[in-house]
Amino acid sequence: MQLTFYVTSAIAIIATLMVITRHNLIHALLYLVVSFLAVAVAFYMLGAPFMAALEVIIYAGAIVVLIIFVIMMLNLKQESVEQEKQWMGDGIILGPVLLSVVLLAELLYIIIAGEPSTSNFQMVDAKAVGLSLYGPYVIGVELSGILLMSGIVGAYHLGRQKKKIVHRFLEKPVD
Amino acid sequence: MNKVPIEAGLILAGILFMLGLISVLIRRNIIFMLISVEVMLNAAGLAFIVAGSRWGQADGQVMFIFILTMAAAEVSVGLALILQIYHQLKTLDSDAANKMKG
Repeated sequence: MQLTFYVTSAIAIIATLMVITRHNLIHALLYLVVSFLAVAVAFYMLGAPFMAALEVIIYAGAIVVLIIFVIMMLNLKQESVEQEKQWMGDGIILGPVLLSVVLLAELLYIIIAGEPSTSNFQMVDAKAVGLSLYGPYVIGVELSGILLMSGIVGAYHLGRQKKKIVHRFLEKPVD
Repeated sequence: MNKVPIEAGLILAGILFMLGLISVLIRRNIIFMLISVEVMLNAAGLAFIVAGSRWGQADGQVMFIFILTMAAAEVSVGLALILQIYHQLKTLDSDAANKMKG
């Protein structure tokens, strides 16, 4: 069981490393799916099977597919990969990487230096989550509904393109 | 049967979060930055799940559901913004959109 968790963690970290080093957007997204699936397996092992299902359905399913649709709409060519290579240039990435790694080292030190935990993970089933979600957290559910509604309206408003009337004699863009 | 120490889960969440942060910092392509934000949100959710499982409470998973909802709304609005930027500026360079012109 423990070994499975570590293997899953290694897969998640390697896949995320591949995501942040790819130049091609689609390759990065496919590695992102692998990363999400690995995290879903980790959720399952941590005793949250319902969250594992949600992770697969919403993250690996809906969100990644949405990004892929937008990439298809943008119709990127091979030049974008070349430009990405140029942007990722050699020296530029060193500074942020070094600083972030120092931060990560501090975080790991704090986690490890504390007294080791003795108890194990406990299974929390979907029923308890549902009772909690619609009991004490019901205001959060309503706020999520408002957030999703405003997200729909905002995405529609921002994604709308200006209409252009094409006519034989009269061809000018109309707002 | 479960002998995974809580530190392992937290360390995994920390490493994933830091990878997302590094990617936000080093990328100039705006879609890659959006993907990296997704990775960071996912890592934060993982930390919530780990803590919820440690104490046997459902609150961690409830918070993960809220993070999931927020990520879905954020990615839809962000992608609409990216489409607008690409149509107006013909590039995905985040530096190209540093001037506000109404």
